[in-house]
Amino acid sequence: MHGRLPAHFTAPGSASFTEFLGLAAPDLLPSRRQLPPGVIDAPHGTTIVAVVHASGVVMAGDRRATMGNVIAQRDIEKVFPADDYSVVGIAGTAGLAIEMVKLFQVELEHFEKLEGHVLSLDGKANRLTSMIRGNLGMAMQGLAVVPLFAGYDLDGAVGRIFSYDVTGGRYEEHSFHSVGSGSTFARSALKKRYRDGVTEAEAVRLAIDALYDAADDDSATGGPDLSRKIWPVVMSVTDEGARRLPDDEVGAVVQTVVDERMVQPGG
Amino acid sequence: MSTPFYVSPEQVMKDKSDYARKGIARGRSVLTLAYADGILFAGENPSNALHKISEIYDRIAFAAVGKYNEFENLRLAGVRYADLRGYQYDRRDVTSRGLANAYAQTLGTIFTESGKPYEVELVVAEVGQRAADDQLYRLTYDGSVAEEHGFVVMGGNSEPISTFVKERHDPTAPLEVAVRLAREALSTAPDGSTRTISADDLEAAVLDRTRPRRAFQRLVGPRLERLLGPALDGTGTGADTAPTDASSAGTGTTEPTPETPTA
Repeated sequence: MHGRLPAHFTAPGSASFTEFLGLAAPDLLPSRRQLPPGVIDAPHGTTIVAVVHASGVVMAGDRRATMGNVIAQRDIEKVFPADDYSVVGIAGTAGLAIEMVKLFQVELEHFEKLEGHVLSLDGKANRLTSMIRGNLGMAMQGLAVVPLFAGYDLDGAVGRIFSYDVTGGRYEEHSFHSVGSGSTFARSALKKRYRDGVTEAEAVRLAIDALYDAADDDSATGGPDLSRKIWPVVMSVTDEGARRLPDDEVGAVVQTVVDERMVQPGG
Repeated sequence: MSTPFYVSPEQVMKDKSDYARKGIARGRSVLTLAYADGILFAGENPSNALHKISEIYDRIAFAAVGKYNEFENLRLAGVRYADLRGYQYDRRDVTSRGLANAYAQTLGTIFTESGKPYEVELVVAEVGQRAADDQLYRLTYDGSVAEEHGFVVMGGNSEPISTFVKERHDPTAPLEVAVRLAREALSTAPDGSTRTISADDLEAAVLDRTRPRRAFQRLVGPRLERLLGPALDGTGTGADTAPTDASSAGTGTTEPTPETPTA
């Protein structure tokens, strides 16, 4: 860095990192990118599920990324902490989705540091809306990103789920939701098994069961990889914050699900 | 036609320095000091909303004295600089050295090129994995940077506080010892007399190297009160009164009373 920091570094007003990025390094903003016409093949992330439980919300994602008929990656991670009390899962074009999550994470932390307090859960959900809207041009060229957002609402002391469409429409979901190619099957599975007031452990089990059902019927969703011990990424958010469940804990649940399916394939 | 008076560059710089120093000297002091698990910041600040100590990045924090609007401006710039760099490269590529340089350039340019210098003094601190990797930079109104070790005192009453801390500071002491030393030091008046700063008026925060990602944490409310222990009576006999108070409080105090720094 030569000379003093440029004026936009010290300008008061906006606590948004995205807005600042638009001034300091506009080429880094996903929404400013110009794409040449044409269609490219890029890895796609598949199924994410989220389940509300008595003490918060659980989100889980399978580990597969596909490119046409090829499995592009078998251990991709698609569920991320957004900040201390929220998580975001992504389906769609993996590269763009991961970039969006990275920007979203910085956006939330940036606001918190500049303003000295954390955004409300609705505020966070709205920030994500504008990012998806910024990606509309790419979505129209087949590079859509569809996130699922969930978090613990400290004001209402409940877990909440928000889903989005490619145009940035934001919808609050009740009890459970799923996005991605296997979401139809995952949602049907959850519809039959979900009960109000499930515990955190039950919600984890429901999520893994739903991912199993999605993988059963959708070729793009990865089932549990028992030989390589690749388990779904599961994150839980409660009033104590967001945490990723350790592999051995998830592995044990996956093993139970698989064992039961050996006897009863439909679950 | 009138000719403007000639003022030598030396005189211009000296006037600006005097002006900035006077402004800084009016404010209350902020103390930064190393303890066993990281770096402690403390300052007398009756406001709970207008902070002098702030988080910049995962392992980096900022403390300032002087004019609020000016150092707040620099704080915003620091957070933006760090977040931009971390977004462009990687979180590990954000360093206090880079930030200190950016601040030095900015303060230096403002000092030489604008009519009014910033009346601020800053500390940029970073905790490493080990105490030996900790970094402390002090920046002054004219853009000078100094790398410091152990502790830094900034603000109006820095001389007596500095002397006080120098004699007693132990960088391997636990947090409660450091917090108590900080309060005692900040309570020292220029004439040598002492008063006690209440927990409400003490702004304190740590960069704690044992915390997973974001090392910065404010010390507030009950936790700060617990760390401070029973109030000192201001006569320097805190070491004697502390255990007595704890025992008379009966079973209420379960935390062992750590050694008070020799007062």
